[in-house]
Amino acid sequence: MSFFAAIGRSFLILLSAIGRVTLFAVETVSHIARPPYYPRELATALLQIGYFSLPVVGLTTIFTGGALALQIYAGGARFSAEAVVPQIVAIGIVRELGPVLVGLMIAARVTSSIAAEIATMKVTEQIDALVTLSTNPMKYLTLPRVLAATLVVPVLVGIGDVIGIMGGYMVGVNRLGFNAATYLTNTIDFLEALDIISSLVKGAVFGFIAALMGCYFGMRSGRGAQGVGAATKGAVVAASVLILAANFLLTELFFAA
Amino acid sequence: MIEIQGITKAFGTKEVLRGVDLTVPKGESMVIIGGSGTGKSVTLKCILGLIPPDDGVVLVDGQDVTHMKQGSEERDAFLARFGMLFQGAALFDSLPVWQNVSFRLLRGSLKKSKDEAREIAKEKLRRVGLTPDVADLYPAELSGGMQKRVGLARAIAADPEIIFFDEPTTGLDPIMAGVINDLIREIVVEMGATAMTITHDMSSVRAIADDVAMIHNGKVRWSGPVGDLDGSHDPYLHQFVTGSAEGPIEALR
Repeated sequence: MSFFAAIGRSFLILLSAIGRVTLFAVETVSHIARPPYYPRELATALLQIGYFSLPVVGLTTIFTGGALALQIYAGGARFSAEAVVPQIVAIGIVRELGPVLVGLMIAARVTSSIAAEIATMKVTEQIDALVTLSTNPMKYLTLPRVLAATLVVPVLVGIGDVIGIMGGYMVGVNRLGFNAATYLTNTIDFLEALDIISSLVKGAVFGFIAALMGCYFGMRSGRGAQGVGAATKGAVVAASVLILAANFLLTELFFAA
Repeated sequence: MIEIQGITKAFGTKEVLRGVDLTVPKGESMVIIGGSGTGKSVTLKCILGLIPPDDGVVLVDGQDVTHMKQGSEERDAFLARFGMLFQGAALFDSLPVWQNVSFRLLRGSLKKSKDEAREIAKEKLRRVGLTPDVADLYPAELSGGMQKRVGLARAIAADPEIIFFDEPTTGLDPIMAGVINDLIREIVVEMGATAMTITHDMSSVRAIADDVAMIHNGKVRWSGPVGDLDGSHDPYLHQFVTGSAEGPIEALR
């Protein structure tokens, strides 16, 4: 019997966690409609999450685009379909790899730093200090970060898509002997509006998840250095898994026949 | 005037407060003493609404402050009358010292112009014995004693009617502790504020207190004017005041 009890207990813990995260998300979003606002905090978050993530986004997607071109060429060669490289690279990057890889890099870079910062603030009573200074931590800390990530990660994904395709283009033209003009024409002709829209929507959802998890785990941090470590780890793991799960659901929503 | 009536609080199965009753008259300085983990900090946080009590009420000037909604105007008005010095100073690392001090004056209902807020910050820094050139440093660049002073400046920045001090001398050398004690006493007297201090440092008690309350095992064990402290025959209080290892309070060794 204790075996089933253990399953039941885990299930209940999971359900209550989902409930808490949902309430946290609803409360965060509800502050959009309720002043006061902190535009300086939003500006800082936009800069931190958006601008300073550009190098990692560019590096991740350019190498992935290049590797993808090599793989598709090698795979396509088995049934004389080498010519599809531009089209498949474009689809692969824009629909899946661009948003997912950018999302995961944001989880690594942004979720971790948000969680560690807020958890440290919690542990050193800075969150309590905010409250006593008549400032709501959800408005001052959570909303600017979540809003900034939701707005700026789609932009990062768009940039990542372009750089990823460029990676494929560089390998295609320099290593695989494609004609430069043909490669670009094939890419542009093949992509549809829905591909790009889905890419950007995924970016917004992943940005929301990444920042929300950072704030949620940070605010619930336990005591001491260990608490901060656990909060950071939990935030990055939860954000990564949720991003991949959300990616599946969104792909299903956009592209299932 | 702050009246605490029958506050209880349990974390899981651990009962921290078992019915705390305490009255702090307006303009008085109350010091709460007691061993570590006896519920002193929790009491303070219950008054501020940082931790909701399980039962009991807190009245500030007759108004029930325990059941105010988070973020309501009523609660904002209540918090605007408070200043608090946190144990580790709890300064915001991301902001320079002057913005920490005038945090409340840079946003919300007490918002002032940036220049004005900066001037007030400098004046409050001077009040706690810091030079104006500290204003543009970041908290991480300051020593522990200086951080405490900045925390004190922030607590008094908006001229509060009620000030809380959470272990103001913990982690400071005896001389710096004496300086902070004197500062607290001076500021409380000159502002006419109602003060509540948590400490287990007896030198703080003698420097700061008008009245003393001792919390033991989640209840107020003894309370009275600071002058009666040494004459009391309560064995618990006597053991704490003399710092004796022998007595009714069990010390874990």
